[in-house]
Amino acid sequence: MDSPARAKLLAQPPMMHDLAAHAMQHLILAGTALGAALLLGAPMGAICARSGLLRGPLLAAAGIGRTIPSLAVLALMLPLLGVGVPPAIVALALLAIPPILVNVDLGIRAVPAAALDAATGLGMTARQRFARVVAPLALPVALSGVRTAATETIASATLATFIGAGGLGDDIVRGLQTGNDPLLFAAAATVAMLALAVEAGLGTLVSAMEARR
Amino acid sequence: MSGATIGFDDVGVRYADADGDALRGVSFDVASGEVVAIVGPSGCGKTTLLRTVNRLVEPTSGAVLIDGVDVRTMDAVALRRRVGYAIQAVGLFAHMTVAENVGIVPSLLGWPRDRIDRRVDDLLERVHLDPKRFRDRRPRKLSGGEAQRVGVARALGGEPGVLLMDEPFGAVDAIVRAALQDEVTRVVRDLGTTTLFVTHDVHEALRIADRICVMNGGRVEQLDAPAAILANPATDFVRRLFEGARA
Repeated sequence: MDSPARAKLLAQPPMMHDLAAHAMQHLILAGTALGAALLLGAPMGAICARSGLLRGPLLAAAGIGRTIPSLAVLALMLPLLGVGVPPAIVALALLAIPPILVNVDLGIRAVPAAALDAATGLGMTARQRFARVVAPLALPVALSGVRTAATETIASATLATFIGAGGLGDDIVRGLQTGNDPLLFAAAATVAMLALAVEAGLGTLVSAMEARR
Repeated sequence: MSGATIGFDDVGVRYADADGDALRGVSFDVASGEVVAIVGPSGCGKTTLLRTVNRLVEPTSGAVLIDGVDVRTMDAVALRRRVGYAIQAVGLFAHMTVAENVGIVPSLLGWPRDRIDRRVDDLLERVHLDPKRFRDRRPRKLSGGEAQRVGVARALGGEPGVLLMDEPFGAVDAIVRAALQDEVTRVVRDLGTTTLFVTHDVHEALRIADRICVMNGGRVEQLDAPAAILANPATDFVRRLFEGARA
């Protein structure tokens, strides 16, 4: 959000009706970051599962990535990319990559060796083997990683307000600063509900997939 | 489709990470429609020999021929689609139904839908699995014996001229095993499919093979009909291996 708009928002009395707009902003922020993380994390996970050489370093990097607090990643973006939505998306995407990468790697490596041997022995090309056997068998585990990433991203997007990226964090901070408890609780509850809904939705999808097997 | 012939011509395999040869100077021919068992202790090279036929293992010397053609001159993927392959661990695709598993090679070969369906039903009936009950079942809902049957049906999906089986009856109990041995042998004899199967069970080899190839240390010790092997074991090794089976 540019600064005049932000100033205008701050000048107004804190209103509940901003909540819906901010929730939308929040979801767009988290969704874009998650999409970017998927595009980067999934191939990286597939590379991990394949390459003994790159697996160690990539998983180590992912492990470190998971231990850095969200706020620290957001703060790191400040000197690099400044304030606003783009650095927030980069930061959130960086936070979402590790769980996706780790679970894609896990899911692919859990594909039974016998299924791979059979696939090759029955005459699948490497590409067919991946598309018809490896990817569908790895999908439930990979999706669990996406679920973790999605929940974390929605929660962490709350902090994006500190680098001026908007979202429901704006309402929480404003509620705190102005002593507007109803706004504070409404915003916090909305974040929690969004996170829980996405968690439950993807969880149901994973269970449905596993039940079909 | 009638069975293809298989020829092993002085086949040798040396794995890069091993000391000795996995296979040394293996030469024999398998006739069209013949059922040959490869027996021997673990590490004798029997699985390696089997896997040279569909090029999952490439010989370091010699050649493997199918219908007289060196398999190295064929595209590996095309070759594998006309050579059936069933393994002890079965390796059914857990996300596919029984019908999709059995129809996988036909679908890779680009058969039309109705031809695949007919082939799948025919094969399921041949391995004594009622298509109506089993078509849409997932592998997880199958017993060990049922899964093995589906594995063999899947291996036969693309009307292969050659069927390779590696311990296909290994993971089931003795009663189911005997029934499976009889049924699968009947199926491949009905279809005329040339069959090469690996087993460590000499009784199984005696029961279903036209000829038995006895291997030890990467070499063929003896290759002959079951009765001939029992009557005239070529070496002490063969005699000891079949000692308990003569009765």
